[in-house]
Amino acid sequence: MTAPLLDIRGLTKAYPGVIANDDVSFALQRGEVHALLGENGAGKSTLVKMIYGLVKPDSGAMVLNSAPYTPAEPRAARQSGVAMVFQHFSLFEALSVAENIALGMENPPKPRDLSARIREVSHAYGLPLDPESLVGDLSAGERQRVEIIRCLLQDPQLLIMDEPTSVLTPQEVEILFHTLRKLSAEGTAILYISHKLEEIRALCDAATILRLGKVVGECTPADVSAAEMAEMMVGKSLAVPARDATEPGDTLLAVENLSLPAVNAFGTSLKEIKLNLRAGEVLGIGGVAGNGQDELLAVLSGERRTPPGTVQFQGRDVGTEGPNTRRAGGLLSAPEERLGHAAAPDMSLTENAVLTGQSRKGLAKGGFIGWSRARSFADDIIAQFDVRTPGNATAARALSGGNLQKFVIGREILQDPVVLVVNQPTWGVDASAAADIRQALLNLAQNGAGVIVISQDLDELLEISDRFCALNEGRLSEPRPARGLSMEEIGLMLGGAHGMAEAHLEELHPEANS
Amino acid sequence: MIRLEKRPTPSRIWALSTPIIAVVLTMIAGGAMFAALGQDPFETIRIIFWDPLFHERFASFSRPQLLVKAGPLILIAIGLSLGFRAGIWNIGAEGQYIVGAIAGAAFGLAFYPSESPLIFPGMVIAGLIGGTLWAMIPALLKVFANTNEILVSLLLVYVAEAMLASAATGWLRNPDGQGFPGSRNLARHAGTDNPELFAGTGMHWGVLAAFVAVIAAYVLFQRHVLGYQIKLAGQAPRAARFSGVNPGRLIILCLGVSGALAGAAGLFEVSGPAGQITIDFNSGYGFTAIIVAFLGRLNPIGILFAGLLMALTYIGGELAQLLLQVPAPAIQAFQGMLLFFLLALDVLSNYRLRWAKEGVA
Repeated sequence: MTAPLLDIRGLTKAYPGVIANDDVSFALQRGEVHALLGENGAGKSTLVKMIYGLVKPDSGAMVLNSAPYTPAEPRAARQSGVAMVFQHFSLFEALSVAENIALGMENPPKPRDLSARIREVSHAYGLPLDPESLVGDLSAGERQRVEIIRCLLQDPQLLIMDEPTSVLTPQEVEILFHTLRKLSAEGTAILYISHKLEEIRALCDAATILRLGKVVGECTPADVSAAEMAEMMVGKSLAVPARDATEPGDTLLAVENLSLPAVNAFGTSLKEIKLNLRAGEVLGIGGVAGNGQDELLAVLSGERRTPPGTVQFQGRDVGTEGPNTRRAGGLLSAPEERLGHAAAPDMSLTENAVLTGQSRKGLAKGGFIGWSRARSFADDIIAQFDVRTPGNATAARALSGGNLQKFVIGREILQDPVVLVVNQPTWGVDASAAADIRQALLNLAQNGAGVIVISQDLDELLEISDRFCALNEGRLSEPRPARGLSMEEIGLMLGGAHGMAEAHLEELHPEANS
Repeated sequence: MIRLEKRPTPSRIWALSTPIIAVVLTMIAGGAMFAALGQDPFETIRIIFWDPLFHERFASFSRPQLLVKAGPLILIAIGLSLGFRAGIWNIGAEGQYIVGAIAGAAFGLAFYPSESPLIFPGMVIAGLIGGTLWAMIPALLKVFANTNEILVSLLLVYVAEAMLASAATGWLRNPDGQGFPGSRNLARHAGTDNPELFAGTGMHWGVLAAFVAVIAAYVLFQRHVLGYQIKLAGQAPRAARFSGVNPGRLIILCLGVSGALAGAAGLFEVSGPAGQITIDFNSGYGFTAIIVAFLGRLNPIGILFAGLLMALTYIGGELAQLLLQVPAPAIQAFQGMLLFFLLALDVLSNYRLRWAKEGVA
């Protein structure tokens, strides 16, 4: 066996109060697709930030190509052949693809040469992309291609990818995997961060599993089951959310012929939305972010008013009512963005409990806020939803994403909703907390409430929904029973307008084109 | 190398102690400046901070001035703090102050020479309405035409100043004034006067109104839903809309209240300490109150102390000019230092300093 491309020996990095990485060692071979697996907070991000030169290790050493490797900054890492695609894109929407790529380069070539290079590379790796198109017009999958091509132009020996598939449709995932396999066949090593176990089993040659900053195991993903990997990752076996089958009841929420223009140039307009939610059911709405999810939630929560007759709640026309009137009637919601939308970052948890709990929890009587009632409501949420926090006076921004999400979802569930609409309920939440949240949503439906779950996580939707529909460019598909729906079918429902992705798939599998 | 690190939760201890540290630092830096100007630093600092209140000869004159000057500053700043907390920037309190004074004075003079006890309350109401209406112009333009309230409210100050000049030289001019510009003296006419309530304190109805405003604003921010909505809208506008706050209504309300209080301050000033409408009746209270609002951290109790401190440095500064012939720009520089240290240290309540070793990022 030849010397590994990157050898990591005993890396340790401590932050005040937490050891993010504790004596982490593993080796990465040339051309290997290596998974880094772990829950949120397991130390994956810190580890790759050290490899990419964003964070300096406290102790330990890295060896790249048999030479000591101590990148002082990302530029040094890039010069050594290490590139990274981040989970959150750093692109300017108002600039073109080529301009965005040029901005990230040390010595950008002439625009015309760069465009040619982009076309060449994007074609070679099966990532079709027009260098002249505006990033603001691209789908999430296409934006990711911009980031990947930006890396590929540097001819990296090691490509780090942080949760790359969380924003992709199944078809786009397939294209990405095809590209990654091609890269790996050419000798580029890929360090692939994810917590999606099936993906890792399909793609990766080796996996290193982290828990609480320590390496707890290594495996060959193809040889072990997803459940075994999950157990290593979490440290215990996970309960799969379950509920008894119930017959759906009366219609609680009906949206009819709803079209609404976009608020700004990069927003999505809603087009002829029609949906129907009955008591006791979970309606899953899948789709890649930016296809109208935020807009749909705003319409249902009351942040955006709609013409009379478009939104009916328990037979009452609520389209022109504001959020508080709807809440008083039992139509509650939890937006995707936790900090700044579902919760105010600098306010305490008690104050954030008042944010939506005023009317249903009787926290404001005669215009005055009852802070002791608000505190006990916040304490209830903290206790019942296992929110880890020093107390109800802690600012929302001090909580980890998962804990704040539990607080936000708990705040709505404890108000006993008739209908609850949630957008991305488990985004960035660790596996066991996500399972708790899903179970709570199922319990809610079992007790007769209607639940709409908007999510990008298709596995999640298939696990908890009764019916599934797809939101694509502001259009909502006809709902279909979620049971027995295959990924392929879902992909087609989602991919309606992703003609590019589909056309390319046909290119990859001409036999599938009948 | 010193780095700033954001605190997970704002520090209460620092929020309370930074104003005191800032005053101490201002005394040190200001003392150094006065020493460089050839003055005794200790004496100068004492004249500015101590003598206006306790000097055996001057205090009897300057002590009442403290409330006279602080009253309008606090009243206007309380109104402004509502909008500033919600991210609604009324920069034109000076204009609302002028219009309130003109409206109130015009009401009182319309009934001249009646001495009915109903006139002064009527003048207060007219002042409130005048200020409110003047503030409604930027408010309604912002809500319905999406204009910038900073620009509109600021530019309306100059319109108000022109109105003031026309009132003082034209339609409100004292008919018995031998052609001199300026209205009749409201303070010297029973029925339209805003007298000193307790002799030798400087306390007039406006100061009382300022104290009431402080208490009302404190209750509003601590307990009332509206105060909560104002804070929420300022910190997280999206969360505020999600919570059910109507942004347009909040804009009209915040600008309306700040306009009303500024208008009332103008009325109390014109019927009391100033006495009459003159061309240069306005003395910048509306602008200084912006500083007072921020010095007080937009907190009602903080604004109370900030208004008193600001008034003190003005009176003390004048005293230092008088007694030591310290040049006026040096006093202004001293006041600037105070603002600088207060605002610079404010960062410590949200951030902590970390002394990191070189190169460790």
